[in-house]
Amino acid sequence: MAADALRMAGRSLTRDWRAGELRILALSLVIAVGAVTSVAFFTDRIQRAMTLQASELLAADLVIETSAPPRVRLLEEARARGLRIANTVTFPSVVLAGNATQLVQVKAVDNAYPLRGRMRIAAARTRPASVTPAIPNSGQAWADPRLMLNLGLTVGERINLGDRRFKLSAVIDYEPDRGGELFQLSPRLMINLEDLASTDLVSVNSRVSYNTLLAGTPAAIDSYRGWLEPRARPGEELQGVRDGRPEIRTATDRAQQYLGLAALVAVLVAGAAIALAARHYAQNQADVSAIMRCLGASQGLVLRIYVWRLLMLGLLASLTGCALGYLAQTVLAALLEGWLAQKVPAPGLMPVVTGVATGLLALFGFALPPLLRLKQIPPLRVLRRELGNPAPAAWVTGAFALAAVCVLLVLQVGEARLVAKLLLGAILTVTALWLASFALISGLQRVQPRAGAVWRKGLARLGRRPAGSTLQIAAFALGIAALLVLAIARVDLLNIWRDTLPTDAPNYFMINVQPREVAALANLFRENDLMLPEFYPMVRGRLVAIDDRKAGPADYDEPRAKQLIDREFNLSWGNRLQPDNKITAGQWWGTAGANMKGFSVETGIAESLGIELGDSLAYTIAGETLQGPVTNLRSVEWDSFNVNFFVIATPALLRDQPASRITAFYLPPAKDALITTLARQFPSITVLNVEAIVDQVRAIMDRAALAVEYVFLFTLAAGGLVMYAAIQTTQQERRRETALLRALGASRRQVQLSLIAEFGTVGITAGVLAAVAATIAGYFLATNVFELPYRINPWLWACGILAGGAGITAAGLLATRPVLNQSPLLVLRRV
Amino acid sequence: MNIHSAEAPVIETRHLSKQVTGPEGELVILREVDLAVRAGEALAIIGASGTGKSTLLGLLAGLDTASTGRVNLFGQDLGAFDEDGRAALRAGRVGFVFQSFQLLPGLTALENVMLPLELNGVSRRAEATARDSLARVGLTARARHYPHQLSGGEQQRVAIARAFAPQPQVLFADEPTGNLDQNTGLKVIELLFSLRDEHGAALVMVTHDTDLTAWCDRRQRLAGGRLEPADNGG
Repeated sequence: MAADALRMAGRSLTRDWRAGELRILALSLVIAVGAVTSVAFFTDRIQRAMTLQASELLAADLVIETSAPPRVRLLEEARARGLRIANTVTFPSVVLAGNATQLVQVKAVDNAYPLRGRMRIAAARTRPASVTPAIPNSGQAWADPRLMLNLGLTVGERINLGDRRFKLSAVIDYEPDRGGELFQLSPRLMINLEDLASTDLVSVNSRVSYNTLLAGTPAAIDSYRGWLEPRARPGEELQGVRDGRPEIRTATDRAQQYLGLAALVAVLVAGAAIALAARHYAQNQADVSAIMRCLGASQGLVLRIYVWRLLMLGLLASLTGCALGYLAQTVLAALLEGWLAQKVPAPGLMPVVTGVATGLLALFGFALPPLLRLKQIPPLRVLRRELGNPAPAAWVTGAFALAAVCVLLVLQVGEARLVAKLLLGAILTVTALWLASFALISGLQRVQPRAGAVWRKGLARLGRRPAGSTLQIAAFALGIAALLVLAIARVDLLNIWRDTLPTDAPNYFMINVQPREVAALANLFRENDLMLPEFYPMVRGRLVAIDDRKAGPADYDEPRAKQLIDREFNLSWGNRLQPDNKITAGQWWGTAGANMKGFSVETGIAESLGIELGDSLAYTIAGETLQGPVTNLRSVEWDSFNVNFFVIATPALLRDQPASRITAFYLPPAKDALITTLARQFPSITVLNVEAIVDQVRAIMDRAALAVEYVFLFTLAAGGLVMYAAIQTTQQERRRETALLRALGASRRQVQLSLIAEFGTVGITAGVLAAVAATIAGYFLATNVFELPYRINPWLWACGILAGGAGITAAGLLATRPVLNQSPLLVLRRV
Repeated sequence: MNIHSAEAPVIETRHLSKQVTGPEGELVILREVDLAVRAGEALAIIGASGTGKSTLLGLLAGLDTASTGRVNLFGQDLGAFDEDGRAALRAGRVGFVFQSFQLLPGLTALENVMLPLELNGVSRRAEATARDSLARVGLTARARHYPHQLSGGEQQRVAIARAFAPQPQVLFADEPTGNLDQNTGLKVIELLFSLRDEHGAALVMVTHDTDLTAWCDRRQRLAGGRLEPADNGG
């Protein structure tokens, strides 16, 4: 009997497909699974690259990253265990080429680099690259194409870096442990490690990263790691093939989370289409079910046939959705090109499992309730057709759908609290959109009697099925709102933020300034009629204890706190409280700071690290541990672009420590040439162009937003299917009405105009709602999250209404073409 | 064939009543109906539209439950079964022919005829048996056609083939010619009774057409909720 149910389900599935009964259901599932798997395939490829090519991503099997030259003991032990060693040093600096300067990320490498993977270089930007086992010779440098382009350089030309002049001898095409272009704020310049000292760029307080690369047999690596881990000192960060490149892993996890959530919105809207289509299908199957029961089928058999049918459809549609997702992820990969420097491999099969699981969950969650009712159709329906309404109670449909959404959220997000927040947000958003749509539809019904004939027809159709019309409008509004927020509101927020900055806010930072250079810098500013900026001392230190308890990443759960405690702080000292700092607890020391030990901590970081007023902090600075109490907490206006510090000490605590100087200043565009002069006269100073960095960050954000917008296109497609499903449920009625109207003398044009009125109303209403939702979202983000003033963008409204009105009208007319094209006589005869 | 078998009736009712609650209160459709149909017997139940003929048919076939009284089908009290039980009792033993044909629109003619066989676990020989049944009604050439591609008469012939495919003991026909013109209706009735004679099935036919009743062995009239013998020929 089980085989019979399966066989009957399979045969009837083919028949139902041929009759067009299940197409919307299947298409909705394809869209939903396509959205989810496009993200899953993309992130799977990145993760597989990170696993399969883990060594190449590190250019080694194990990397020890330190902010000071590595301990000799570590190197001796590595050699004793038969490991190969390479050394690299990376730091930001400024390159001078003629009158042009460019912030670069310098990497000095020794002959053994890289230990895994191979570099590829080319003789020119436009020439093909080839693998090389070599590194730059002494006196030469290799540059990445972006640097060459920005400075208009060609191979063979010379550049200044610090106190040295280098000849550009090759263009870097591929550097194994570079990471993708997407994550690089500044281009790469590679030199020979032997030349580093002569640049005079590295001093005690420079922001330099020393990387000791190790490679060997897995056993030797494991054994060395086992020896090192208990002996590792603060600041010695180990990265192996399993935990290497945490910044890329974190970014990949975040991408998976955010893009995955965007895809889930598509699943939600597709779920609405599935629910509508399933309801319509169940209504059509009511007579079939009654006949089967009449002919002797039990309720169980009827249910099994429909469940098997659903399962088969779900599997086929999900697999098709996976294929669509696979194709779609190629676009995502193109949009986010530069995630990794390596070519990413083909995806594995796990996304297919994810896709099929999502598809089946969505299908059963949204389609099962009406189909379950089919088993309750009484056989008496064959004689009394009014019996047996297959529509399930609304709360049952809602409960199933909610359960499916919960499970999908848990699978996507994992964290229970976040799932609860997202679920609440989703329910509130959907409810708000639903209520607003319903209110608008009801309002339009009042207007209907006063409208013209064509509009009356269109509005009457909407009013006859308020629930269906509301669902269409809400689904479209959700998709359009998401795109409006991403495409327009996001840009608005950035522009508003930029506008809040004073016109003379600092646009350059100078770091690595030595105390002996301050006087000369001051002269240079005076000579150029520029206001002398304040130079702040900066000391690099590592927080090792809070109140006598050791502080390390293992003591914190929150990723940001782990990151903060693991890195070195830029500490400063002084007597004067900066104007954009405000004391929130305790007291500022003022001139008393000359004689007392104390720390001032910014409130945000204090909260993250659990630091309170009165706590004692211990910092390791240049091998020495310094301790002092927290005497005040302060808030900082970080977006003033002035120099600010998380932690400031009293002069008594830090003034005897070796320190560089840092400053920020405003340079009018007319005086740009000063930057070149600075680079020439003070080659060890790094000048950061804030605007260029902001532009680079903005470019990365734009690409990320584009990727999210791309995923939201699936939501729009799902919205189209909601409309199509809603039209399908009224197709017979439309055919009959159209045939009657045509028979009574209405022209094709008149009928078409009434359809335009109907769909145009849906579209414009959805567009208005979407604009309202996007405006509210923008307002909330501006005032509550970013603390910015908000101004309404009329383009948001124009785009929303235009996209909704034109797009949905076009989609609706396309869906109802069969109604217009049928002969009225044939329709009326059949009816 | 002996249509008046001395065996127990295949269908029997005792004091069968059916009331429904409507907007104007309780409505009595059937009152104390006593009825017996023997194996192989053809019974016509006639009455004007709205007299409760289809209600009675539904009760006799176990599609509905009585308010009071008893219905026995194949000697079993239908009131003792739930819906699944009544469906199991019908499976393979009861056939139906409806006024509106009630073919499944998504199935071909052959697949419609196969349906009762598949539902009763006779899948392996279902196609062959169905083909024979279709051939018997003269529609071999239309086996792969869908109902909307068939005329009314052809659809009803498919329905008859479906009804007889599992070799039922009882056939229920509800206004079998109600949607057909006179000539077509006549041909369909001839076919129906020809097959009935071949299979020896009992037949209960409800109709308002007194001409049809002449084909049956016995006629009963339903009026005022009560069943009484009808004059011969209506």
